Amino acid sequence: MNRVWQFITATRGQGRMDWTDWVTYGYLFLGVFLMFFPVIWLVLSSFKTEADIQRYPPTFLPYQQERVMVDGYDEPLPLYRITGGAYEGQVLAQVRRVGLQAQMVDPENPAGGRVRVDTDQREPVERVSLAVENYTGLFERFNFLRFFWNSTFITVTSTLLTLLVNSMAAFALSKYQFRGRTVVLLLVIGTLMIPQTVVLVPLFLIVTQMGMFNSLWGVIIPGAATPTGVFLLRQYMITIPDEILDAARMDKASEWKIFWRIIVPLSAPAIAVLAILAIMWRWNDFLWPLIVLTRTENLTLQLALNSFQGEMSTEWSSLLAMTVLTLLPIAMVFMFLQKYIATGIASTGGK
Amino acid sequence: MASIELKDLHKSYGAVEVIKGIDLSVGHGEFCVFVGPSGCGKSTLLRMISGLESVTSGDIEIGGDIVTRVPAADRGLAMVFQSYALYPHMTVRQNLSFGLENINTPKAEVNAKVSEVAAMLQIDQLLDRRPKDLSGGQRQRVAIGRAVVREPRVFLFDEPLSNLDAELRVDMRGEISALHKRLGNTMVYVTHDQVEAMTMADKIAVLRLGELEQFGRPLDLFNNPRNLFVAGFIGSPKMNFMTGTVHGADRSLLNLDTGEEVSLPVKGFSHHAGDKVTLGVRPYDLRPHASGSIHIQVGAVEQLGTDSYLYGALADGTRLTVHNPGQTRVCAGDNVAMHFAPEAVHLFDTKSGLTLRGFDTEDDLTLHKPS
Amino acid sequence: MLTIISPIMRIIEIPMLALQRVLGIHRFAWVFLLPNLILLCLFAFLPVILNVAYSMTSGDNILLEDRPYVGTDNFTRLTECSNHFDPNSCSEDKFWRAIWNTLWFVTLQVGFMVGFSLLTALILNREIRARGFFRSVFFFPVLLSPVVIALIWKWILQRDGVLNAFLDWTGVGGFNWLVDAEWAFAWTVFLTVWAHMGFYTLILLAGLQAIPRDVYEAALMDRARPWRIFWRITLPLLAPTMLVVLVLALIRSVQTFDEVFAFTGGGPGTATTFIIQYIYERGFAGAPRLFGMASAASLMVAGVLVVLTLVQLWVNRRNVDG
Repeated sequence: MNRVWQFITATRGQGRMDWTDWVTYGYLFLGVFLMFFPVIWLVLSSFKTEADIQRYPPTFLPYQQERVMVDGYDEPLPLYRITGGAYEGQVLAQVRRVGLQAQMVDPENPAGGRVRVDTDQREPVERVSLAVENYTGLFERFNFLRFFWNSTFITVTSTLLTLLVNSMAAFALSKYQFRGRTVVLLLVIGTLMIPQTVVLVPLFLIVTQMGMFNSLWGVIIPGAATPTGVFLLRQYMITIPDEILDAARMDKASEWKIFWRIIVPLSAPAIAVLAILAIMWRWNDFLWPLIVLTRTENLTLQLALNSFQGEMSTEWSSLLAMTVLTLLPIAMVFMFLQKYIATGIASTGGK
Repeated sequence: MASIELKDLHKSYGAVEVIKGIDLSVGHGEFCVFVGPSGCGKSTLLRMISGLESVTSGDIEIGGDIVTRVPAADRGLAMVFQSYALYPHMTVRQNLSFGLENINTPKAEVNAKVSEVAAMLQIDQLLDRRPKDLSGGQRQRVAIGRAVVREPRVFLFDEPLSNLDAELRVDMRGEISALHKRLGNTMVYVTHDQVEAMTMADKIAVLRLGELEQFGRPLDLFNNPRNLFVAGFIGSPKMNFMTGTVHGADRSLLNLDTGEEVSLPVKGFSHHAGDKVTLGVRPYDLRPHASGSIHIQVGAVEQLGTDSYLYGALADGTRLTVHNPGQTRVCAGDNVAMHFAPEAVHLFDTKSGLTLRGFDTEDDLTLHKPS
Repeated sequence: MLTIISPIMRIIEIPMLALQRVLGIHRFAWVFLLPNLILLCLFAFLPVILNVAYSMTSGDNILLEDRPYVGTDNFTRLTECSNHFDPNSCSEDKFWRAIWNTLWFVTLQVGFMVGFSLLTALILNREIRARGFFRSVFFFPVLLSPVVIALIWKWILQRDGVLNAFLDWTGVGGFNWLVDAEWAFAWTVFLTVWAHMGFYTLILLAGLQAIPRDVYEAALMDRARPWRIFWRITLPLLAPTMLVVLVLALIRSVQTFDEVFAFTGGGPGTATTFIIQYIYERGFAGAPRLFGMASAASLMVAGVLVVLTLVQLWVNRRNVDG
C-alpha cells in the first residue's frame, strides 16, 4: 500500500508533491467520480429487482430478499428476521400479510403452525444478487432483437457506403487535375454549413418521394456522403506521392485498380478513423431516424429506448437494462480502440 | 566569478542510470565543450547544470554556491537551445526583452540593452519581425541575443549549430568564439561534432555512456588520449587500430594478429613482453614505403587534389585509413607496404582499453584501471 | 472480408476500364466523384433550395405543388412581436421562447464547457501519472448516445434518485429537480457540458502539447514565473486552438436537440425547448404539420450556422498559414 502511495504521489518532474499537485490530483479524481459514477450507478441499478429499485434511500449494490421452500407451501416464501415481540431473534417465513399483521411460519418447523407478527417488528433477510431477469425479460417481452438488428444494419451498411463513396471522392479531389475541381471542392465545403438539422422538411419530402419513408434505407442513404469524411480522407491522400500513381500507370494499372490496390491500402489509417467516426455517428443517430422511422418494427435502439422511457416510466428495471444494452457496443468499441478514437477525433475535429 | 564545479553527479530515470558519477571543474571565463556520441549524456549533463533536469545525487556549484536544488530560473544562467526555442508569437524585440521584463528591469534600460545586443549581433534590422519570418542563421543570432541580453553568469549552448547548413555553421562557430572573447563569460557548449569541439574549446570533456572519459585541453586530448575511445573519437579521419602481442626481451617488437612484425617505442610506455596491446596510428602518420612493415590491400582511393585518402584492410580484415598529402598513384586493388615512425604510435592495453603511455610499472597500470 | 470484396472489385474493374478508355485519365476523375456528388446534391443542396420554397408556402401537405404560396407570411408570423424580449407578446410565442432559451443555453453551455475543457486540458498537460487513463476518463461520455446520457441522468435526478438520497442524508434535503423550470434548465446545461467537454478537452490538450517544450524551458531560463508563463506563453500560443474550439462549440450548441429532447422533452412547460426542437415540433410532431413555419425557422438557423462556419473556415485557414 505504501508503495502504491509512493507511486501515486511521486511526480514525474523534480521534487515532491506540492500543493498544486494535490489540487491536480484532487481535480482528476473528482473527474473520475463525475464521469464514471453515473454509468456505474446505471449498471448496478439495472441489476436490481423492481422492488429494490423502489427502495428509498437506495442501496449501492442490488439486493434481493431470501426465499425458502417450506413444506406444505407451493411457492417459495420470503424470509424475515424478527426484531421485537415474542419471537425476537428468530428467522421466519411469511405466508401472507393482513394489514399490519403478518402470518408467519418457522421454516425449520412448519408443523409448529402459523404465528402472527406485527409488520414493524421484522425486517427482510436479504443478500446481494443480480436480477438477471431484467435483461432476459427484454428479449421475452419486447422486440429487443429487432431494434438491435435495425441499429446494427443501419450502422454497418451506412458506414460501408460512407467509406466507399467518400474515399472515391477524396481520391478524385486529391490526385486528379480536372476542370471544375475547385467548384466541386467549394460545393463540398458548402455542405459543411448545412447540417441535416436545418433541412429537415425538404429532406423529409425527398425521402418520402423516393419511397424511403419508414424504411431503414431512408436513414442510411441521406447521411452516407459526409463532407467531413471527404476532407479527412483528402487531407491524408494528398500526402501520398504522385510518383506512386505514375509508377502504377507505367505498370499498366487501370485507374480503378490504382484506387483499389494502391490508394485504399495506403490510406488505411485515415479510413480507419473515418470508420470509427461513422460507426459512432450512425449508432447514436437520433433526430433524423426519429422523423423517418415511425413504425415499431423499424425503430432503432435509440428510438426504442426513447419511446419506452415514456411508456415504461414506472418500470425502471427494464428501462435501465435496455439502456445498458444500448451503451454496451459503444463501450466495447471504446475500450479496444480508445487510442485511435482519441487521436482520430483530435486530428479531424469531427464528431 | 562564475566557475562551475560538478561533484560526483548522478542522474537516473527509474532504474536506468544516465549520468554515472561525474567530477568536473570549469574555471571562470573558460569555454568548455562537452562532446560525445549521441546517448552519452552530454545534453542531460548540460540540462542538469541549467536546472531544467533534476539531480539524483551529487552537487553542482556555480561561482562557489551550491545550486543543486535551486530552480533553473534562479541560477543566473542563460541557455541557447538546439531548436532555438524562440517565442513564436513575439517579435524579435519582445523575445529579447522578455527575460529582462521578468526581473522588472526599467523600460529605458530594457530598450538600451536590447539595442546594444541587437547591434552587436547585427540583428537590429530584424527587431520587429517574428521568428517565422527569419532564416535559420538569423534565428540562431536572436537565440544567442536572448541569452546575451540578460548578462548571465554562465552561457549554456545545447548543440546550437546542428540545425544550420555546413557553411553557416563554420561562420557561426567563429562568431560564438568571438563572442566568448568579447564577453569573457564562462561558457558550456554541447556538441557531437569533434571538429566544433577542437576549434572552439579551451577545455573538452569527452563523455561516453554517462561517464567522463577524459577532460583536458584540445591538443592534450589529441596527443595523449587516455583510452581507446578518446583516441578514436578525437581526430578526423579516425585513428587506425591494430592488435597484437608484445615480444622480444627489450619489449620493442609487436607481433600483429596478421603475423606481421612491427617495432615499438620503449621509452615512455609501460608494456611488457607477452602483453596483448592495441597499436594506434593516425592516418597522416602512415605512408607508403617499399620497406614498410605492414601491408594493406587498398579497397578505395579518394583523390581530393591537395590530399588523397586510401581505404584498405590488413590481411586479417582490420580496416585502415591512410592520409596522403598531395596526389597518389596507388589504385584500388593494389597491395601496398606502409611505414610509420615508432614515435608516432599510441599504445593501449587491449583488455582495459587504457593507454600504456607514462606508466613504467605494472602497479601504476592497475591503479588506473576502471574498477 | 477481403476475400469477398476482391472479386467484386475485379468485376467492377471491367466496365471501369472501358469507361477509362472512352474518357481518358483526367476526365475519369468524375467517375470517382459521381456517387458522392449525386448524394450530396440530392440530400444537401436540393433540400436547401426546397427549404426556401417551403418557407414561402403554407398548409400541412408535404407535396410542394399542393401547397399555397404565401410569400413572406411565415417569416412575418414568426417575427411578429410587440416586444421581442417578451415572448408572450409575439404571435408565435413558442418560437421566441425557443430562441431566448437557445440564446441563454448557448451562452451558458459554451462558456462553462470551454472553461472546464481548458481547465481540464491544462491539468492533463501537467506532469501527471497515468495521463492516458485520465484523458480517456474525461473523453468517455462523448461516445455515449444522447438517449443513454439523458436516461442516466434522469435516473440519478428522479425524485427517489441517488442524488436526492445523498442530499437527504447530508440534511440539505431532496428536490424534484426536473419539475422546476430553472433547475431543469440548469441540469440541461450541466448534462450537455458533462457529455461533450471531453471532446473539446482533447482538442485543447492536443493544442497544448503542440507547444514545444523548449519554449517553456527557455521561458524558465528567462526567469518567468508560473503565472507569467501562463499568460505570456501558454495562452497566446493556445489562442488559435481556443478559437477553433469556441466556434465548433457554438455551431454544435445552437443545434442541441437529442439529449435534451430525451432528457426533459423540452419541459417543464417550454423551459428547455430549444430552436431545433421547435422546428421538429412544428414540422413533425403532431397535427397540423406546419412545414412552412418549420422551414422558415430552419432558414434562420441555417443563416446563423453559415456565418459561424465561415468564421470557422477562416480561422482554420489562418491557423494553417500561421
